[in-house]
Amino acid sequence: MADTTVKTSEKSVLWDWLTTVDHKKLAVLYLLAGALFFVKAGIMALFMRIQLMFPENTFVTGQTFNELITMHGTIMLFLAATPLIFAFMNFVVPLQIGARDVAFPFVNALGFWIFFFGGLLLSLSWFFGGGPDAGWTNYVPLSSREYGHLGIDFYVLGLQVSGIGTLVSGINFIVTIVNMRAPGMTMMRLPLFCWTTLVTSILIVFAFTPLAAGLALIMLDRVFGGQFFITELGGNVVLWQHIFWIFGHPEVYILVLPAFGIISEVIPAFSRKRLFGYTAMVFATLVIAFLGFMVWVHHMFTVGVGPIANSVFAIATMAIAVPTGIKIFNWLFTMWGGKITFNTAMLCASSFVPTFVLGGVTGVMLAMAPVDHLYHDTYFVVAHFHYIIIGGIILGLFAGLFYWYPKMFGHHLNEKLGMLTFWLMYIGFHMTFFIQHILGLIGMPRRVYTYLEGQGMATMNMVSTIGTFIMGAAVIVLVINHVYSAYKSEKVTVRNPWGARTLEWSTQTPVPEYNFAQTPQVRSLDPVFYEKVHGDGNMKPAEPLDDIHMPNGSIYPFTIALGLFIMGFGIIMFNMDNPIIPPLAVTIIGGVVVFGSMFLHSIKEDHGYNIPVERVKEELDKEVG
Amino acid sequence: MADSVDISKGLPPNPEKATLEGQNKFLGFWVFLGGETIMFATFFGTYLGLRGGTADGPTSADVFSLPLVFIMTMILLTSSLTSVLAMFAMKKNNFKALMGWMWVTVLLGAAFLGLEIFEFYEYSVHYGLGYTTSAFASSFYTLVGLHGAHVLFGLGWITTLLVRYRKSGITLTNAPKFYVASLYWHFIDVVWVFIFTVVYLMGVGV
Amino acid sequence: MGENLSQPFTDSAMSKDEKIQMEQEKRVQITAFAFMIFITILAFIAVASEAIPYGFAVPFILLLAMVQFFLQMFYFMHLKDKDHGWPNAMMVSGIFLSAPTVISLTILLGEVKF
Repeated sequence: MADTTVKTSEKSVLWDWLTTVDHKKLAVLYLLAGALFFVKAGIMALFMRIQLMFPENTFVTGQTFNELITMHGTIMLFLAATPLIFAFMNFVVPLQIGARDVAFPFVNALGFWIFFFGGLLLSLSWFFGGGPDAGWTNYVPLSSREYGHLGIDFYVLGLQVSGIGTLVSGINFIVTIVNMRAPGMTMMRLPLFCWTTLVTSILIVFAFTPLAAGLALIMLDRVFGGQFFITELGGNVVLWQHIFWIFGHPEVYILVLPAFGIISEVIPAFSRKRLFGYTAMVFATLVIAFLGFMVWVHHMFTVGVGPIANSVFAIATMAIAVPTGIKIFNWLFTMWGGKITFNTAMLCASSFVPTFVLGGVTGVMLAMAPVDHLYHDTYFVVAHFHYIIIGGIILGLFAGLFYWYPKMFGHHLNEKLGMLTFWLMYIGFHMTFFIQHILGLIGMPRRVYTYLEGQGMATMNMVSTIGTFIMGAAVIVLVINHVYSAYKSEKVTVRNPWGARTLEWSTQTPVPEYNFAQTPQVRSLDPVFYEKVHGDGNMKPAEPLDDIHMPNGSIYPFTIALGLFIMGFGIIMFNMDNPIIPPLAVTIIGGVVVFGSMFLHSIKEDHGYNIPVERVKEELDKEVG
Repeated sequence: MADSVDISKGLPPNPEKATLEGQNKFLGFWVFLGGETIMFATFFGTYLGLRGGTADGPTSADVFSLPLVFIMTMILLTSSLTSVLAMFAMKKNNFKALMGWMWVTVLLGAAFLGLEIFEFYEYSVHYGLGYTTSAFASSFYTLVGLHGAHVLFGLGWITTLLVRYRKSGITLTNAPKFYVASLYWHFIDVVWVFIFTVVYLMGVGV
Repeated sequence: MGENLSQPFTDSAMSKDEKIQMEQEKRVQITAFAFMIFITILAFIAVASEAIPYGFAVPFILLLAMVQFFLQMFYFMHLKDKDHGWPNAMMVSGIFLSAPTVISLTILLGEVKF
């Protein structure tokens, strides 16, 4: 009950990390898992570029190439970008709104472990006859029971499981931001990163549920003999394309909106100015989110749903350029006349703006339905979305990493190495992808494993591959930077090393497990800056120093996720030629683990524990001393 | 979590939202229902898109029987009312009535589920409408079966709550749990309203 | 804090006015239920009777379903009450996004061009 004070340090380290419900530790777990998957998918990209370096190269076979493109896309979007964004959301959002933790700490841990085990399930495919090979869009009939091999089942179940994790995390963030804000933190004083997190989470709730439905349909088709996508028996293959893109287009915004949020935090901090047009930024975010749901057919212009439908969706797509343009100009005006510091975080954030514009402009080009028949499935599309994803999301993530790293780990990343990472990344990225626009326009189709000599593609492909290696070098330098800084960097002891403006910089570094000794009273947008100008520089407390109530850790998130993993694997086993254990038994065991853990968790009332006020005071004194 | 209401005078009038934890559960569950809406919409869309794809198998007009659906509808609608009455009892701190109405809800839900299993059995055995017969059959069984699975999960959930808290009285911890379970039960009912309209009533006339 | 979370109460803190209000609310709910049963029967009759053409019956029963949907949401699930701003926003968004989903999955399957 409430009076049992368990110090987390008394438990073993491994057990602590397996059972933690602390949002800051989960953020680190997300960061680690996301980085691992990022490196894995990056190596796949290198393999693909090596294969395309020369005409008629034989580095990998066509089948392996198909598996590589599928896994590269799937892992990058679902298992690398999403968790890396979740890492920042988890760490920053509760601190920025002045909360002690998220609304459902248990669900937060659950979301991480389910995502992680889903990713493992997908990755297991390499050991069972090869990865999925139908592209990250997994179109039927390529993925139907007739043409798709076992890898497709891993794709379906792996994403189904990891999607559940993402969904529950999304719900958690919405409730956190709506219900857990500190006194005085009204919706229109919410930092922009929190706004984009809120909107992204809403998108997750509405986009991952159709995905779950669609994946269930493919699973039922492949494993249990459903006829959804079998045209001879009344099925329809376009159905899957609709469902996939109803999810798939919002997914783009799910990833890019938090990046927008990070940029909107970093640029004001290093321009020494408040964000230009805060209200316009908030509403632009909402409009983008809304329009993001109304445009999915632009991925299907060449399918033949008809001219009126194509026109409607083309116009809706072009309309998205308007709120995005508002954002671009707001960032420019924030920097305009500011006292700008160009460190690594700011370099990433400011160069994000022109790169993202490039990706946006090609997006409007692709939105024109008649011309899209020429662009469709060429390298022009590949170049377009990599400009959005690397030039937008990855640069945003790098900016966030360098910006929040001192708060997360108590020391800075090395600036010199950081600069090197940035320039290598930036040059390599443009070298790889700018030229792919032209490759696409002269007719190189995407997802094809080789090309012939004398088609005028050899040189450009070579340039593109060299660019990829430069990006690879950038990532290696970043990894070295982490190790180097961990040993050589000075400890950060001040609360606000950047002189930034938002609430996460008002608490101790490193952040104590209860975040704030006293919940702060928020009096303005950019509260830390406001107190510096109008107060004594410290946040006013909204409550007296008192015992702090914290939730207990739990192993059930881990076991529930493990159960889902077993269950998913059991369902895949139905399609295996020679399953040694009966698939039904495995599925049932998984189900028992899942529902048993949920049952045990629900019948035990756990009200958490209290941190005594003495310890809180002690830690505050230690900082001053 | 901090208590936001005075509890010295007895059970607060809205016990489900008296604590921050309760408010979080309440909002989180509504968010989840918002997501469920569009998931069911996807399955409804799938059914509507594929219901013509009968592939020489039985059509909807061949198999659906309105009397059975009518009885199922009435049972489920009534169970929605009983869970409303349970919530009124909870707000008045009438623990016995809460338990009673909730048990009635569970029984009605079980009756509904029994009829649905009987219905599926009839279709597949007597009419030859198996899951793999046609795209229409697959989408019908998936949509209605998913609803049935929701009913089953709801039954398990509410029964667990009823057994776990059989003697505890109404507390600030279990009130949000009962409230959220009743919201879930209403949502199942709402989905059924569209199923009997879109699937059954629109299916018999074609 | 944690202690009184698991404690039952001997009586209710509800004031007399609140009790009266609740009784009224209960009556409204039961009326709503009766009305729902009525329109359900109406929908079944509309389809079952030979007199009403199918072309009229379908929009009619869809309308009835919408009415019943709102009754369930606003009365049984209390969406009309105060403090339901966010739940309302989530449900409205859900319904708003469901409409294009259902429509496109129904008609935009490439069989008939639009």
